[in-house]
Amino acid sequence: MMCRAAEESENEPETDATDAVFTSLLEDSAEELYEHAPCGYLSTLMDGTIAKINTTLLDWLGLSRPQVVGRMRFTDLLTVGGKLYHETHFAPLLQMKGDVSGIALDLKAAEGRLPVLVTSKVKTTEDGQPLLIRTTVFDARDRRAYETELLRRRREAEEARRRAEADRERLQEALAVLQQNLLPPQLPTIAGMEGQAHYHTASPDLLGGDFYDLFPLDAGRWAFFLGDVCGKGPQAAAVTSLTRYTLRAAALHDPDPTTVLTTLNTVLHDRYSSGDTRYCTAIFGVLEPVAGHVDVHMASGGHPSALIHRGDGTADFLPTPGGMLIGVLPQVQFTAAHTRLHPGDTLLLYTDGLTEARTGPQRELYGEDALRAFVASHPPTGPKALIKALTALLTGFGDGLDDDTALLALGVPAVPEVCDRVPGGGTR
Amino acid sequence: MDIRRRNNVTVTGRADGPVVLLAHGFGCDQNMWRLVLPALAEACRVVLFDYVGSGRADPSAWDEKRYSSLEGYALDAAEVCEELDLREVTFVGHSVSAMVGVLAAAKAPQRLSRLVMVAPSPRYIDDVGYRGGFSADDIDELLESLESNYLGWSAAMAPVIMGNADRPELGQELTASFCATDPDMARVFARTTFLSDSREDLKTVTLPTLVLECAHDAIAPREVGAYVHAAIPGSRLVTLQATGHCPQLSAPQATAGAILDFLGTTQ
Repeated sequence: MMCRAAEESENEPETDATDAVFTSLLEDSAEELYEHAPCGYLSTLMDGTIAKINTTLLDWLGLSRPQVVGRMRFTDLLTVGGKLYHETHFAPLLQMKGDVSGIALDLKAAEGRLPVLVTSKVKTTEDGQPLLIRTTVFDARDRRAYETELLRRRREAEEARRRAEADRERLQEALAVLQQNLLPPQLPTIAGMEGQAHYHTASPDLLGGDFYDLFPLDAGRWAFFLGDVCGKGPQAAAVTSLTRYTLRAAALHDPDPTTVLTTLNTVLHDRYSSGDTRYCTAIFGVLEPVAGHVDVHMASGGHPSALIHRGDGTADFLPTPGGMLIGVLPQVQFTAAHTRLHPGDTLLLYTDGLTEARTGPQRELYGEDALRAFVASHPPTGPKALIKALTALLTGFGDGLDDDTALLALGVPAVPEVCDRVPGGGTR
Repeated sequence: MDIRRRNNVTVTGRADGPVVLLAHGFGCDQNMWRLVLPALAEACRVVLFDYVGSGRADPSAWDEKRYSSLEGYALDAAEVCEELDLREVTFVGHSVSAMVGVLAAAKAPQRLSRLVMVAPSPRYIDDVGYRGGFSADDIDELLESLESNYLGWSAAMAPVIMGNADRPELGQELTASFCATDPDMARVFARTTFLSDSREDLKTVTLPTLVLECAHDAIAPREVGAYVHAAIPGSRLVTLQATGHCPQLSAPQATAGAILDFLGTTQ
């Protein structure tokens, strides 16, 4: 520090001398600086007539001073496209604002089109009257080439995005059609019963693996099933399709629920035994409406237990414990169950999208107990009302519901007239 | 649809004065009329608006198909007249809007009563037996100019242009956003403007018409002004001693004076 201070004071007279040289150089070159600046300079009258122009710009244009000064307007130096832009944008802006900067225009230069960046400022008199326009012109060849490249890339990117969006739309349409084919378009009407289903698709891009169906077996009996294939996407959908049609065909051959599921197990196991194991869980059942009630025979292969909402408002699971996953092992054991639906009772089948939804700040599993409590908290008004309440529940989960969910409710409508009700019907 | 909001309609001036509808051309918006506004507002009820795709019109109302033809712009003007129930309107159209005025007169004949065409051109591109002053290549060049300028502009301007109708405080940003338009919409307007050919439409004009041209106009040369004047029987031609394509900016007093004079003598 001290050292430097000493040096500085020592060199002082010499610094002065250098400054003086610089100053004189600068003063000498004011004109030189204007004429040969690395950019073009020009001054025009308010109507654009060129009053003063520097040598740099004249050289770019390949014109002599007498050809230009007093004879040409600024717009005469521009290409026609540039002139149009000048008249529609540049000039109005300059007139309104008093200055415009960094506008891209093209000059009619000696060597063809010269891309430039133009900045103009209006010089005014002391009382604010516009006097003349001062303009600087920068060579923008490199920058323009870069911009052209950017624009080209942007156009390419926009085109790619458009194509991608169109592809995605087509794909979603195809997926929606496929998905619809995995489910019945609508539930059939069963005399003396009511049925309602709901399907929630977690993602429009992925085919869901949940399925359900309800169809007639013969004049008096109906079959239903609901299940969940492991995984999502096209592979899962292929399994779903195979499962659905196998269950339907097996049911027509022999509707005994455990037999049907065993057939499905054999088919899936044979089809997917080599390498890519695919399995599912499902409940299959047969409905037999008899004199005011419906007998239900069903079997489960590893699927969450069905819930029965009784006409008296209670809700209980119909246990089907120990049923094995369908398609994993060559020999399997399925659990059968039986129940009877009386007027006012509703049987609910669902997939684990519902019970495994995440809720609350801790993102806890919704769970089967909560489901039972939810159903019990609603009056037993039949499948339509129950599915409506559950659909609202699913919507309420928001992004906590991240899996496909299938719901199928089957019930016997309550008998409205009190006098028609069989006393003690619920316990017969 | 709220037309006033869609077209950013402004009404000013003498409520009991004759109605003057000011229609901007390609490149800017209703602010183009700022310098002639005081003189006109003293005597007239002045209605200003922005075409959809320009200035502070509602960008969500943009429809590329509609605004790819001058008819779409004429519909904007006619709908503004309808919405405000304007009668005996003097349509003052700048540049391409002069031709939009011709089309609007056909759409709302019961509302428009006079036409002022400021720096009009019915066709910009040369044709057999007609000199518009430009070639098709020139128009491509202009579109290029638009592109290269919007490259730098759009980023800076977008926040100002977007969602403005409900944010009047952005009025202070006026000079910053002046002439700034969504580049995609500007491209469509530019194409529609400079590729238009309205020469046949001129023959349909039956309204008293004032053709206001500049002595030195790079876009609409005097030859074109004379063509328009000759094509509209009974029209009046006034040549302003002005340079450039925007006499309402470069010679506002003379421009306003010519319009008021025309109004006064065609009552």
